[in-house]
Amino acid sequence: MIRDITIGQYYPKESGVHQLDPRVKLAGTFVYMISMFCFHRFLGFLFVSLFLGWIIKKSEIPFSYIVKGLKPILFLLVFTMVINALFVDGHIIWSWGILKISVEGIRKAVFMGIRLSLLVLGASMMTFTTTPNHLTDGLEQMLKPLRKLHVPVHEISMMMSIALRFIPILLEETDKIMKAQMARGADFETGGMIKRAKNMVPLLVPLFVSAFRRANDLAMAMEARCYRGGEGRTKMKPLRYQQADYIAYGILIGYIVILMAGLRYIPNLWTIIG
Amino acid sequence: MLIIIDHLSYKYKDVVEKDEYALRDINLKIEDGEFVGLIGHTGSGKSTLMQHLNGLVKATEGTIYYNGEDIYESDFDMRALRGKVGLVFQYPEYQLFESTIFKDISFGPKNLGLPQLEVDLRSYQAMKDVGLSEELIDVSPFSLSGGQKRRVAIAGVLAMEPEVLILDEPTAGLDPKGREEILHLIRRLHKEKKCTIILVSHSMEDMADYVQRLVVMHEGRIVLDGNKRDVFAHEEELCMLGLAVPQVTTLTNQLRKKGYTFTKDILTVAEAKEELLLLFR
Ligand SMILES: Nc1ncnc2c1ncn2[C@@H]1O[C@H](COP(=O)(O)OP(=O)(O)OP(=O)(O)O)[C@@H](O)[C@H]1O
Ligand SMILES: [Mg+2]
Repeated sequence: MIRDITIGQYYPKESGVHQLDPRVKLAGTFVYMISMFCFHRFLGFLFVSLFLGWIIKKSEIPFSYIVKGLKPILFLLVFTMVINALFVDGHIIWSWGILKISVEGIRKAVFMGIRLSLLVLGASMMTFTTTPNHLTDGLEQMLKPLRKLHVPVHEISMMMSIALRFIPILLEETDKIMKAQMARGADFETGGMIKRAKNMVPLLVPLFVSAFRRANDLAMAMEARCYRGGEGRTKMKPLRYQQADYIAYGILIGYIVILMAGLRYIPNLWTIIG
Repeated sequence: MLIIIDHLSYKYKDVVEKDEYALRDINLKIEDGEFVGLIGHTGSGKSTLMQHLNGLVKATEGTIYYNGEDIYESDFDMRALRGKVGLVFQYPEYQLFESTIFKDISFGPKNLGLPQLEVDLRSYQAMKDVGLSEELIDVSPFSLSGGQKRRVAIAGVLAMEPEVLILDEPTAGLDPKGREEILHLIRRLHKEKKCTIILVSHSMEDMADYVQRLVVMHEGRIVLDGNKRDVFAHEEELCMLGLAVPQVTTLTNQLRKKGYTFTKDILTVAEAKEELLLLFR
């Protein structure tokens, strides 16, 4: 049930994308996201989709599996599109009471819909191809300069990796407790809001108890192995850039340059038609 | 005729690789009043199979009949089934949530929609059955020891008075005395209340002592099924599956190779004692 949520979960494979340095992927995701907000033309999407499609192909993850990641944000997606379609002013083609749909509204709705989908798909590519540990390692490396400003970088990244580590465990635990209570006749599916909220108690109490128990155990285990924060701590597998990583950085720069140049010099069909 | 499992296969949805079945083509018939043991290597699918029997997971292929009714039929009353097939999970103590032991035990019968008096009576009886003393009624379940929590959890299922009781490794992590008490309780339920029992366990000794019929699973399939004596006669096959026969059986099998003769296959220490006394008198 709960395990159907795929967004943010690592998908094990041995592809080139998986083996890139997490710092490259973090930078790449960052650039990708920013680049989405640098244009207002559909042509940009064509190019971005091609780029994303190429990366998905390289990552060897089934496309259907990635698209499933959109399911949790489906509501948000539809909501954004409807709001945009109804409330953007312009040349009105349909109206009913206060509801108006304009050509510009439809254009904007489609635009926002595509942008949001591509944003989520792009971001999820990072989590699909990078283990949480790798991700926080990369983040820690990249944020290291902030230590000069007394930001506890190591502690933050440790907290992040523990939190990420616990998500699947807690999901599994939820599933197990839910089944155990259903075996005792508990009902999580029917009833009104208040009844449903009340029915959650047999699920939430054991879940919290077990979360605290696990946190406690983990703290003990870390202490038993003399964990004392980031000071002077070395890594077993320090991050080092390989040749593929430099190539990836090059591709990233190429992506930005081509996107910008293309948008500037290819004439706008929209204005030609319009 | 009580439970018939018919060509059942199951695949966890989020398993990435194709053809990764947790259960493959399971066929099993469990009669009224049987005491069945289920053994198998870790990950062989025992827990998954048990969760099918009260409809918690739905088979990918195949179906299950309970008293002749197909439980996947749309008009089948799944909640009634959960009351009739009681399932005690592996490490059930983590499911406790109420403020007092008594309230926690009443959770099941209450969900069955019984009148309050009946709920209280059953909960009280279940508490007595598992050997929890009366003083504990108003104690918080979180202040108990692991073994006592286990009993509360088992009582919570017993209070629903199921026709079939499934226990998934109920003695894991208990001390010898605790184990014996739980197993005796299960035997008593089988004898006195005519409960059908399915017991999952990794202890061959417990199996030899308590169950009548033994089912062996391996990689999602049933590989052996029959009277426990017949199953334990396959010592080599069991060893190959990462399982074993009871230690006294190994011992007597070795003795047999050395030329001693026994009148029958030996599964328990008591049987071994009798036979050995006969030999050495
Ligand atoms: N929630 C789940 N999601 C995906 N796969 C699972 C899940 N639970 C179990 N499996 C897989 O199903 C198979 C059977 O697991 P199951 O828990 O039924 O084994 P088991 O026989 O009860 O083992 P044990 O003796 O350790 O309790 C295993 O290969 C396991 O990896
Ligand atoms: Mg199990």
